Amino acid sequence: MKRLIKGGRIINPADNTNMVGDILIENDQIVEIGENLRCEGAEVFQADGLIVAPGFIDMHTHLREPGLEAKEDIASGTRAAAAGGFTTIACMANTKPVIDSAILVVGVNRRAQEIGVVHVKPIGAVSKGLAGQELAEIGDMIAAGAVAFSDDGKYISNSQLLRTAMEYISIFDGLLISHAEDETLVEDGVMHEGSVSAMLGMKGRPAVAEDIAVARDLLMAEYVGARIHIAHVSTKGAVELIRKAKERGVRVTAETTPHHLYFTDEALTGFNTAFKVNPPLRSAEHVAAVREGLRDGTIDVIATDHAPHAFEEKDVEFRYAPSGFPGLETALGVILTTLYHSGFMSLQDLVARMSSAPARILGLEAGTLQVGHPADIVIFDPDQEWQVDPQNFWTKARHSPFEGVKLKGKAIATIVAGKFVMCNGEVLQ
Amino acid sequence: MGKSDVCLRGKDLLGLQNMTSAEIELILDTAREMKTIIDRDIKKVPTLRGKAVINLFFEPSTRTRTSFELAGKYLGADVCNITTSASSVVKGESLRDTLLTVEAMGVDLIIMRHAAEGAAQFAAGIVKPLIINAGDGAHEHPTQGLLDMFTIREKKGTLQGLKVAIIGDILHSRVARSNIWGLSKLGAQVHLAGPQTLLPRDIDALGAKVHKRVEEALDGADVVNVLRIQRERQQKGLFPSAREYARIFGVNSARLALAKPDALLMHPGPMNRGLEIAADIAYNEHSVIAEQVKNGLAVRMAALYLMLMGGSQVETIN
Repeated sequence: MKRLIKGGRIINPADNTNMVGDILIENDQIVEIGENLRCEGAEVFQADGLIVAPGFIDMHTHLREPGLEAKEDIASGTRAAAAGGFTTIACMANTKPVIDSAILVVGVNRRAQEIGVVHVKPIGAVSKGLAGQELAEIGDMIAAGAVAFSDDGKYISNSQLLRTAMEYISIFDGLLISHAEDETLVEDGVMHEGSVSAMLGMKGRPAVAEDIAVARDLLMAEYVGARIHIAHVSTKGAVELIRKAKERGVRVTAETTPHHLYFTDEALTGFNTAFKVNPPLRSAEHVAAVREGLRDGTIDVIATDHAPHAFEEKDVEFRYAPSGFPGLETALGVILTTLYHSGFMSLQDLVARMSSAPARILGLEAGTLQVGHPADIVIFDPDQEWQVDPQNFWTKARHSPFEGVKLKGKAIATIVAGKFVMCNGEVLQ
Repeated sequence: MGKSDVCLRGKDLLGLQNMTSAEIELILDTAREMKTIIDRDIKKVPTLRGKAVINLFFEPSTRTRTSFELAGKYLGADVCNITTSASSVVKGESLRDTLLTVEAMGVDLIIMRHAAEGAAQFAAGIVKPLIINAGDGAHEHPTQGLLDMFTIREKKGTLQGLKVAIIGDILHSRVARSNIWGLSKLGAQVHLAGPQTLLPRDIDALGAKVHKRVEEALDGADVVNVLRIQRERQQKGLFPSAREYARIFGVNSARLALAKPDALLMHPGPMNRGLEIAADIAYNEHSVIAEQVKNGLAVRMAALYLMLMGGSQVETIN
């Protein structure tokens, strides 16, 4: 089976390609990239006016399976990914049971092969049951295919456990991903602490809680000589700490999310639980600093933190609602609207932060368009305007902070291992 | 003065932040009329006959619930109470379902108190009956704010240019927030003081002036409003002891003397005498604390009347 993608602008940050051209796919691989390619019998996709880029990689997705299928499962979550232009997603370990042993990693991989439509890469727990006490069987999970380790949703408060985990994971040159918020400072907090929380009377999660947590993680990574990846960076202080750490050679990488780049805490004034997330939506000063950190490379990756919940779980008083919301289907539109159409960053740099950068950090053979490599490709229209309607989502979740928001930029087709899994908004399997 | 444009009929009363000064004044002016009913021998008027009002309280309350209940009954409405201390989550029934159940019984107005900020606004988005927020977490308690404003205006004639000191636990206080919004809209200057651990960061964004020392806030104040200190705040470590609180932050006669000679002393109740307020001043010549309770009834009568039946003018109720 041959497929020819013709006439699109090919953007491949891994080798700085940015040209109008064609890509020929045979079976699951890219076999030729060039201008005016011809191939008898190939199925042709006309991509004139569209961008052809490496399929996006989300290194921070909550697929909720096993155990929390009312929120999401591997079938719905991977379809949401395909709809958003993602070809690989790394799923977090806070399922029920927690993904803290090899058999669960194997199980997620097997389910993904059976019912998933994009590549799924499990992230194992750092501690057994995410309890923050004992190290999980990290070596075993790596052998089974875990791509990173994280107690995401929880900070590893015990510094000794963090040290042990870093040392142990570095035996395998693995990656520890930290959800950095000092727990004692954010206890019972539901939003960013500042003038808006003062107005609403709601308990805050101060920015300094993230700064302190990031500072400790960086110091430990530096001391141990281990790699560390900071998840969902949302504060000015964290950006500055990571920037300085990179300057002195700490092996740190970082991600931020579309929502932390788009919203401020002013969005909370209507008590809409769709906006509740950890770390919380911050004030404008922090949003500006995070954007700048993304632009200057301090923040390597844009990750969605796709965290769907069931309708009835979110349909409660703000205080009682769970944190998080789906993000796979809105990420591209939000990023292009906020950072590209405003002239803040180039398309090439944004594509890099959603493909080649996460591939490099996770050690995946993906995130690039190269002859001989798997054909994981996204085709998107940077100029298509659309309005977010959660009723049309492929995820099970029907809540989104972006509900009603008009975005500019949308994935048109998603190709996984040479097969179209999404075309014109329809997931094909 | 443009009051003819103002009408509260069919509107929810969720907080003072989003009310106009004209709307607030309409309630205060109407409350003055209502207050005359309370002093009558026969208190019941037929104004709200046939209207059903429900007190839906998810937090324990005696004075506010009773005040609303009597306010409705004096105006002839049918009032009943649902009190449940459990949150919807603990109870197993969602707040949405509880509200839909109440709505199905045909009530016209729901007075709701809830521990979660935004709960009243959530309710207003779900059911058709009008909602009065009788306190949502630390967010707002608009009728308390209104009764405090009514009390000050009645005694001082105006709110314009007055210095109002609010002393105590601002962090957890819905009373403080409603007072700040309402008083500022009608031209008073609000000064806040208490231990910094009980002052929300950035609260000055609401337009109040914040002091670390109680004495600074009290200096030259026209009104001193002392907030209740809940003892569990000490257990959470937000101040070291009740004794130390009373010594450093409690309002006593010496501190009260820093305020103007004719200053009003207020407290939303229930008081912890000897903690936030010294026992000997609670009912002294400055104190309007008992009057606040009566005015609370008048303000709540005004709110119920204006929301359910009211026009745009202050009317005399017979």
